[in-house]
Amino acid sequence: MKYMFIMRATAEAAEAYKEIPFEEIIRQMGAYNESLIKAGVMLAGEGLVDTSEDAGFVVDFSGEPQIVSDGPYGETHELFNGFWIVQVASKEEALEWARRCPLGPGSKLEVRRVTEFADMPDFAEFAHVDVARDDAAPRPGIG
Amino acid sequence: MSGAEGAESVKRRIEAVWRIDGARIIAVLARATRDFGLAEDLAQEAVADALSQWPESGIPHNPAGWLTAVAKRKAIDSWRRAERLDEHYRALANGLELEDGVTWEPVDDDVLRLVFTACHPVLSREAQVALTLRVVGGLTTEEIARLFLIPVATVQQRIVRAKKTLTAARVPFEVPEPNDWGPRLGGVLGVIYLMFTEGYAATSGESWIRPDLAGEALRIGRVLAGLVPREPEVHGLVSLMEFQASRFAARTLADGKPVLLADQDRGRWDRAQIGRGREALIRSDGLGKGRGSYALQAAIAQCHVMAPSIAETDWAHIVLLYEALVRIAPSPVVELNRAVAVSMATGPDTALGIVDRLASGGALRGSHLLPSVRGELLARLGRTEEARSEFATAAALAKNDRTRAALQERAASI
Repeated sequence: MKYMFIMRATAEAAEAYKEIPFEEIIRQMGAYNESLIKAGVMLAGEGLVDTSEDAGFVVDFSGEPQIVSDGPYGETHELFNGFWIVQVASKEEALEWARRCPLGPGSKLEVRRVTEFADMPDFAEFAHVDVARDDAAPRPGIG
Repeated sequence: MSGAEGAESVKRRIEAVWRIDGARIIAVLARATRDFGLAEDLAQEAVADALSQWPESGIPHNPAGWLTAVAKRKAIDSWRRAERLDEHYRALANGLELEDGVTWEPVDDDVLRLVFTACHPVLSREAQVALTLRVVGGLTTEEIARLFLIPVATVQQRIVRAKKTLTAARVPFEVPEPNDWGPRLGGVLGVIYLMFTEGYAATSGESWIRPDLAGEALRIGRVLAGLVPREPEVHGLVSLMEFQASRFAARTLADGKPVLLADQDRGRWDRAQIGRGREALIRSDGLGKGRGSYALQAAIAQCHVMAPSIAETDWAHIVLLYEALVRIAPSPVVELNRAVAVSMATGPDTALGIVDRLASGGALRGSHLLPSVRGELLARLGRTEEARSEFATAAALAKNDRTRAALQERAASI
């Protein structure tokens, strides 16, 4: 099974981080990522640029046409600022890895299971077993 | 320490810790004691202590450090009890006491030694598989028994005997010498791939694929790739397993019936996993040492997963890759696969010649593979009666229920 670790930081976390040298933060995260890779469980992981530095935006689908704005990013003040996807054998194993993430006060790690085909029995009816779908062809550049 | 927890949740927590840290704990102990079997015993005793103490005392902040420290203490106590504190053991005991159990920095090399010990040629294949899953993969004997559909007692027995064999053969806790390196690494890769293929096409039981077992093999393969990143065949094996596993979701219907490659919905193949397979093959090729048998098989699998359909698959390139593979790793199964590729590239006639040569040599006797391929070729040549009888023969030989049913269906459908 796959889990996504969603890193959420509040203003408190941002303040706490100012106390720690940037190199130290990078070193700790690097060591954590390294441990996930060495254990053979890391499938993906990225950090997201702080919204104050980079003009991210939000597309709202409430009406036609969609409204594009520069926020708010959610109901809470907890910014989604990075993620990992790990492949493990149990919920407990996901939790054990999540506990080890080098985060401090004001940070939260939301752990969610990634949907897989086994979770969607309804998908079986979309599987046209006798006809290979042409649109499943890999396209140049995205493989 | 966190508060007291239920025994069951503590047990699950320990299992999770063990999957993550078990190999490194045993590796540290084995280096310190120079005794693989003892290291495994000590680690098990520490786990037993944790199972009995943690529900009361709560779970320590650093569970792996706690387990290691307890295991080391047990080692020293047992030597003291046995009054074996001669020069050798005194040195080991001192070394153990000097190392702070909580901030231990395990070394990758120790884990690599562990891998080579668990897959040592003095052990049977079954023992190698069980021991690798146990000490490298950090699985419980119950989990291993479940994966292979065998009794727990059988797994325990295999592991106990394996440890005794390693002791009897005086196997050192070391990586192989340079001139022995290639064959020994090949042995390790073989153990991992054996686990994977048993998960990819189960030889017995009801279900055709067991993704959990294949997943364990893939995880251990990735661990090994991290330990010996300069070995092209390790990346080749990881690549092959990623490509094969990327098709799992399409290989069975909701009711568990197998779906053959030609009939699979390619939209259900895991593109992210295919990407990881490609990256691993690029890493293998990038070392500039040429493709070994795993990298060649990965390249073949890549041709399949990159193709939009069976008809648009680069069969000519697959034939080339099989020709190379037959030369460096000849086997009847590879030859049979080459025949299938030839039939797709140039037609069933030539392919039937290859299959008939195999059959007359007595290759693959007792396996359903050869008659099922032969049946397919005869069907394409319009030799319906012969095809039907080949499929019936194949069905009678199939050991897996799902495969047998599919072959019977194929016989009836011609």
